[in-house]
Amino acid sequence: MLNISKVETFYGNIQALRGVDVKVNDGEIVALIGSNGAGKSTLLMTISGVNKAATGEILFDNKSIVNMPPHDIVNLGISQVPEGRRIFARLTVEDNLRLGASVNEKGKNFDQDSKDVYDLFPVLKDRLSQRGGTLSGGEQQMLAIGRAMMARPSMLLLDEPSLGIAPKLVNQIFSSIKNINKEKKVTVFLVEQNAKKALELADRGYVLVNGKISLEGQGKDLLNNPDVQAAYLEGGK
Amino acid sequence: MGKDLIQKSLKDSLFTGIIALALFGPIVGLRTVAKNEVLVVEPKWFIVLLIVAFCAIGRFFINIYSYKKEQRRGEPSSLGKAISNFLDEKGAQIAIAAIAFSIIFPFMPFADRYWMDIAIMMMTYIMLGWGLNIVIGLAGLLDLGYVAFYAVGAYSYALFAIHFGWSFWICLPIAGLFAGMFGILLGFPVLRLRGDYLAIVTLAFGEMIRILLLNWYELTKGPDGLTGIPRPSFFGLPFKRYPDEGVETFHTFFGLEYDPMQRIIFLYYLILVLALITNAFTIKIRRLPVGRAWEALREDEIACKSLGVNPRNTKLTAFAIGAMFGGFAGSFFATRQAFISPESFTFIESAIIVAIVVLGGMGSQTGVVLSTIFLIGLIEVFRDFESYRMVAFGGAMVLIMIFRPRGILAKRKPTITMGKHG
Repeated sequence: MLNISKVETFYGNIQALRGVDVKVNDGEIVALIGSNGAGKSTLLMTISGVNKAATGEILFDNKSIVNMPPHDIVNLGISQVPEGRRIFARLTVEDNLRLGASVNEKGKNFDQDSKDVYDLFPVLKDRLSQRGGTLSGGEQQMLAIGRAMMARPSMLLLDEPSLGIAPKLVNQIFSSIKNINKEKKVTVFLVEQNAKKALELADRGYVLVNGKISLEGQGKDLLNNPDVQAAYLEGGK
Repeated sequence: MGKDLIQKSLKDSLFTGIIALALFGPIVGLRTVAKNEVLVVEPKWFIVLLIVAFCAIGRFFINIYSYKKEQRRGEPSSLGKAISNFLDEKGAQIAIAAIAFSIIFPFMPFADRYWMDIAIMMMTYIMLGWGLNIVIGLAGLLDLGYVAFYAVGAYSYALFAIHFGWSFWICLPIAGLFAGMFGILLGFPVLRLRGDYLAIVTLAFGEMIRILLLNWYELTKGPDGLTGIPRPSFFGLPFKRYPDEGVETFHTFFGLEYDPMQRIIFLYYLILVLALITNAFTIKIRRLPVGRAWEALREDEIACKSLGVNPRNTKLTAFAIGAMFGGFAGSFFATRQAFISPESFTFIESAIIVAIVVLGGMGSQTGVVLSTIFLIGLIEVFRDFESYRMVAFGGAMVLIMIFRPRGILAKRKPTITMGKHG
């Protein structure tokens, strides 16, 4: 479904990605783990078109998206939940959801799509007229995911959904992600620092080190891999 | 704690006094006077002393005030908050009352020529404020050159009306269109700019338009300005005492005595309607995808991109639509004055409009009205004290920023509310 090959991305003169190859198959949950500054978020931003790849190719359903502007990529069916949630703090929850829906031609049916979002995150329904900034961290994350789902994506990019969220809510959000994948049939590509949670959830995983993929494999295999354990699991969560 | 605070405040006000002395000592204290055909420096230390004392004491009380405010934090008490809540609850009724008052205003016994002129001027600024509120308040793009669109509207109206003899109602949309096009023209180069950089470029744009108008003599008559701009007619009926042969005028058609106030009252209603259209448009568009995208862009550009909002189109529409309303206001200005020159479109105009939007509380439509009444009213009140007008204007802005730092009507919805489930 998504085929990334030899992608290099720069911030000015600083090279963040040094030839990344990642493949995500239809219906999978794929996790990308790595330490701070490894380039995880840069890769997601490059897929969604917010950052531009200097070289390399990104194919989505066999179509090159590497030079597309972000709004065209959303229209093709890739939605992104950006790092740090980035909900619109001074707009209401409803406006946040509507902004997710307003973009994609497929996502014009607000009532229907928002009902699907409330099924996933019932708490949002009670908060519709509240401003986004007044939600708790976990609720904001739910709103960010719900907002991305409003565009009816076939693929969801999630950037650190567990960041700064109470452990109890992390479990809830991860089970929602599983739900989105299994029931809504949305392919998920997930970036996480919480390697254990991410690899438990994912079908497959990649490890990104200094802008390069250093390891890949089944989620469970990576979880038991001594190198991964030493670097990302032990002492971690 | 109290003693500590007083000590700190005293120290602070001492510094303020020193700064005031350094500033006002040379500016106010040393005045050159011609005596026996020689310039002599005449010291005015008493006035300096007064100013310095005022600054120092003022600083002291501001410190005490902000300390008390900090103590009260969390308790809903301040007057501003009470006003905000009142407006939230009764907002609709107040708006209706205000519009009703605006409609009957010309027939009030005290509404003579002077009051009508002030009312028309205020309405023009309110309309400009509402127009700029789209760009600054909704889309969050700090535009310091808004007067450029006002000028483009005024000049395109004047040129079309003079050279082609088209009526106000044809020239008005054309002027709006032209101003909107200039909005896009400004929008393109500043797409990647934000904050202070954007402010600098827009400021330069405003000056460029003014200098262009000043120097393109063949078209704009440069500093001489354009004269003989046709007055608006009441749907084809002119406001004239002695009309041309065979032309029916407003007063003959309605069988009234001729009164120059008829035209003034018509102009007043014209700007009232234009302003209300601007307001209604803004309120409506906030609920539409493009308006929502403006506000989202103001909040977070990266999130917008990741959701697929096209920032280029969003910014350009904000510039274009904001500029269009500026252009409408400009046409009204041209037809009201019957004379325009680049003189009317200096940076200070932009600054006043930005001040109206920012001091009103960015994004608040009612705030624009309140701050216009406050600022423009203040300038009027001080008309007789010519040289103190700008001092009063500046002082008013400082006071608003001290007591209402986010604007007169900054939205202060509770940041935490109890959910239904506790």
